[in-house]
Amino acid sequence: MIKVEKRSDVSRSIYFLTPVLAIFLTLFGGGIIFFILGFNPIEALKFFFITPISDLYGLSELLVKATPLCLIAIGLSFCFKSNNWNIGAEGQLIFGGIVGGGVALLFYNHDGFYVLPIIILSGAIGGMLFAMIPAILKTYFNTNEILVSLMLVYVAKLLLDYLVVGPWSNPEGFNFPETRQFSESARMPILFDGLRIHAGIFITLITVFLSWLILYKTYLGFQIKVSGLSLKTAKYAGFKGKTMIIIVFMISGACAGLAGVGEITGPIGQLHRNISPDYGFTAIIVAFLGRLNPIGIIFASLIVALTYLGAETAQIFLQVPKYTGQVFQGMILFFLLGSDYLLFFKIKFLGLKKNEL
Amino acid sequence: MSFDLNFIGILIGAIMASSVPLILAASGELITERSGVLNLGVEGMMIIGAISGFALMVVTDNLFFAVVGSMLSGLIISLIFGLLTQSLLTNHVATGLALTIFGIGMSAMIGKNFVGIPGKEFPLLFVNLKESIPFLGPVFFGHSIILYFAFGLPFFTNYFLKKTKTGLIIRAVGDSPTSASNQGINVTLVRYSCILYGGAMCGLAGAYLSLIYTPQWIENMTGGRGWIALALVVFATWSPIKVLIGALIFGGITILQLHMQAVGLRIPVQLLSALPYIMTIIVLVVISRDSRKIKLNTPTSLGQIFYKEK
Repeated sequence: MIKVEKRSDVSRSIYFLTPVLAIFLTLFGGGIIFFILGFNPIEALKFFFITPISDLYGLSELLVKATPLCLIAIGLSFCFKSNNWNIGAEGQLIFGGIVGGGVALLFYNHDGFYVLPIIILSGAIGGMLFAMIPAILKTYFNTNEILVSLMLVYVAKLLLDYLVVGPWSNPEGFNFPETRQFSESARMPILFDGLRIHAGIFITLITVFLSWLILYKTYLGFQIKVSGLSLKTAKYAGFKGKTMIIIVFMISGACAGLAGVGEITGPIGQLHRNISPDYGFTAIIVAFLGRLNPIGIIFASLIVALTYLGAETAQIFLQVPKYTGQVFQGMILFFLLGSDYLLFFKIKFLGLKKNEL
Repeated sequence: MSFDLNFIGILIGAIMASSVPLILAASGELITERSGVLNLGVEGMMIIGAISGFALMVVTDNLFFAVVGSMLSGLIISLIFGLLTQSLLTNHVATGLALTIFGIGMSAMIGKNFVGIPGKEFPLLFVNLKESIPFLGPVFFGHSIILYFAFGLPFFTNYFLKKTKTGLIIRAVGDSPTSASNQGINVTLVRYSCILYGGAMCGLAGAYLSLIYTPQWIENMTGGRGWIALALVVFATWSPIKVLIGALIFGGITILQLHMQAVGLRIPVQLLSALPYIMTIIVLVVISRDSRKIKLNTPTSLGQIFYKEK
């Protein structure tokens, strides 16, 4: 017989082991789905998770995709830790891309080392300002930040669409919905010839380090954690709730904006309609899978990036739509949240007692 | 003059049709939220309903199976949410997001073989009345049975919540699960039922899109309607009748922007398309500004995890 008991304290090892369990359960669930679709599950999973990273190019692609995911998730961890549900990172990414891209187009005829930093900075500011909309509406008008940040994703997408079709479209581009290619000095330096991995990865790594500093070594980090654990305690301690909410949104918006500008100056090199394959939404999963912990998020971003690559490979070899990646991402989050049950409850397998038989 | 009136009637009919998915999804979600559960998976459940309805229509060639099947699939996918939030006590917000991501992915996976297949004509009721009566005809007649159901639903929901014992139990569970539980009410069971009902209604809302409104399957065809439905529940301050009014306003904005696009005004198409989303934000701000009003109506335990020590 099985007995469920509440744990008196949360075990730290289980806290970081359940994500691993969730990944295995996802593989299992994915295998079942492939089987139902009529594929050999082992083969299909191999195409999905092994084939894409079995050469150097694949590994570089993994890092190219993990770079924005990790960056956005790090930003989101500030929000989620303090119980602020910013789920519009996709919009902040796009808006950051728009602002950064606009500056890149402005400097189209300029060469110089200063061009790229200005673009990157303006992208971060763009994302930050866009994230401040839900933050300010939440703090001053009591508006639900989930809905506002999400609605703004659609607004940002439509704004991008308008710009690349209309005023910013390439004058020599035969009316394709895209801007000019950015000049060389507006592009992220490529790290290795022939691979797409770019300097944006350093921005991500620096951000990871800085956020670790802020979260664990500063008063702000302490405030964020306390507010996340208990709003009442935070109020009692006299923390300025409103300022903190705006700051965490600014941080996560800036991170998403950086990710956006990293994409357009990195692998893409121009603005067009689809500058992000929903990185902003997927990063929510990365943040949770990484337990809102900077180091955890690095690992989580690599795993979730693999679902993107896997979906692309599976699309080629198995003719399944690229959305299969999202099925896996959804499953990871389901299993992760579900296995959190083990954090708070002990499941005991007891032998049957005589009198119960 | 009678021609103009008739045109306005047709316009109103179109507004009503475009508000149907919002009414269905928001009414379902309203019941779920009234029981204290915040399911952010509306968009995911709708899109699953849309593809299952369409796929069943193609496979069985039977619209009844398609509609019932879409509700069942909405219900089944909401069961995942129920299992996680009610039995495994997971965070409602995160689980709902996972449901949406999963639903969009799953629908595209199922829908791969259904892209580009033309839909079937859905039977419309009282078509001759629609044509013979000016103005009132196109407003009230010539719609699908789902539209009539959707317009009755808020009134039924209102009656159900206010006047029936089951409705009272649902509200009690949403407002104070602990005292409800002490009264011998099975909180988990009530919440499960409300989640499943919400799922079925979202499934139906999706099927309305893929079977009637734009009869075909397009990836991501719900296009944020699930999120607008969620916002509607907040606007309506959890009142079913206000959901109906809100949905009509949104239907109105949608139809208005389509007409403005068709007329060819010198306003960017994208700005018009963004109107429903911008309006959602503006209305949310206006409604939420008065925090007392929101607090008065919000189910007190909304989104909170309930655990009964055994």
